[in-house]
Amino acid sequence: MQNDFPLLRRKINGKPIVYLDSTATSLKPQAVIDKENEYYTKYTANIFRGIYTTSEEATKEYEDVRGKVAKFINAPKSEEIVFTRNTSESINLVASCLRPKEIVASIMEHHSNFVPWQQIGKLKVWDGKEDLDNIVTRTTEVFAITAVSNVLGTILPIKEIVRKVKTINPQCLVLVDAAQAAPHMKIDVADWGADFVAFSSHKMLGPTGVGVLWGKYELLSAMKPYQYGGEMITEVRIEKSVFKEVPHKFEAGTPHIAGVIGFGAAIDYLTKIGMDNIRKHEEEIVAYAMKELKKITGLTIYGPEKRAGIIAFTMKSAHAHDIAQVLNEDNICIRAGNHCAMPLHLSLGIAATARASFYIYTTKADVDALIKGLEKVNKLFL
Amino acid sequence: MDIYRQIILDHYKHPRNFGHLDKPDAKTEEGNVTCGDRIVIELKVESRKSEVIDDIRFSGEGCAISIASASMLTEKVKGMKIDGVMKLSIHDIMHMLGSTLTPSRTKCAMLPLEVLHKAIWTITIRK
Repeated sequence: MQNDFPLLRRKINGKPIVYLDSTATSLKPQAVIDKENEYYTKYTANIFRGIYTTSEEATKEYEDVRGKVAKFINAPKSEEIVFTRNTSESINLVASCLRPKEIVASIMEHHSNFVPWQQIGKLKVWDGKEDLDNIVTRTTEVFAITAVSNVLGTILPIKEIVRKVKTINPQCLVLVDAAQAAPHMKIDVADWGADFVAFSSHKMLGPTGVGVLWGKYELLSAMKPYQYGGEMITEVRIEKSVFKEVPHKFEAGTPHIAGVIGFGAAIDYLTKIGMDNIRKHEEEIVAYAMKELKKITGLTIYGPEKRAGIIAFTMKSAHAHDIAQVLNEDNICIRAGNHCAMPLHLSLGIAATARASFYIYTTKADVDALIKGLEKVNKLFL
Repeated sequence: MDIYRQIILDHYKHPRNFGHLDKPDAKTEEGNVTCGDRIVIELKVESRKSEVIDDIRFSGEGCAISIASASMLTEKVKGMKIDGVMKLSIHDIMHMLGSTLTPSRTKCAMLPLEVLHKAIWTITIRK
């Protein structure tokens, strides 16, 4: 499996790369790189426009991915899949189109599922513990929740949360940020019962620049377009225009065709391995890492014991940036900072954490390298 | 490891001029939100002409680079004329630290000087 990822063969200063930042973005397998390249070498053409072979090919490849994504998340209709630039854009699309006056979001949200709401309406924050009855009301228009915390690794019981929110207020729409869930576990949007789900290709082996918004067909249909321009239109007169149906009315302009096509190969790759196997592998790695990290002097881990493949921690001896810097000497890539979750860090009373995160290509040897590196940090700063 | 030279580690572990001043002429705080650094600088200037930094303290939290930079900077500017302090630039900070920094760590190194400049502005604006 490691052989499928060309970056893992690279050496910097004669040493291999230990990639422990998959929560930020995942590495890409050769199959994805080749598929994206195939568009540029074999059938470069704009989609939906040309009555010639390569354009027809490109259009088919692009639209086939919509079907693959729908199947991957068990969406009832492939028309419910909208391609965007990333999770942030997917959420901004919903926020801009709905313009809700009252929103509830959890304290764990990534800035991308926090700031768009804060800027558009009155945002109330759920701390994750308080009874939802006390925070969701008859006037709450949107409930925004992440499926997996990108800092704590907490896996939220989305189905139960959605059911609870809908019991309190059936009119309240629920948007799930699945950016950290879709790459790592089987997700089933039909079973969740949410109204919108957003995630990104680049965190799940696919190219950057491609995001997904899934929404219930009738909701997407009722929404006005988010941006205007080419491709999303059927008729333009001087005084008015007629827009295409869902999903194309939300995909103004030439999209990232190569990226979407490459994303299809990423879904194929994940499907071949099986999402249950991926989750099982991460459970093993994270359990091993938790056990080993606890042996390091002065190290504090944040979040629950059972979690996704994400571990944020601090060390008494050194600031997160210094930890990351020392680890970089051995090409160990981790993230340091607030990981775009500043409200959560403030609520924890910490300025910054170091974060190691895992994916299908992570091995126990990678964890061992991290542990060795952290011992070096203590030796230098303690 | 180049970046963590002994002198930087020494200033990080034993920061000089760390703490507070009684009735400072200026007190300014700035943070680098993405990394969670926060530096507070307090100043006393020579009373009659307000031209020389009489005393200086810093506090806050940050990585080894920002703390060492603040510590070394306070030593450097104590007794210096304000004009001279305002002329200090990125080159002086790099020279002072003596380490090669990547762009992301340069931000950490520059934070204390930025705070110091802002503190001086608050005094010169008042004048």
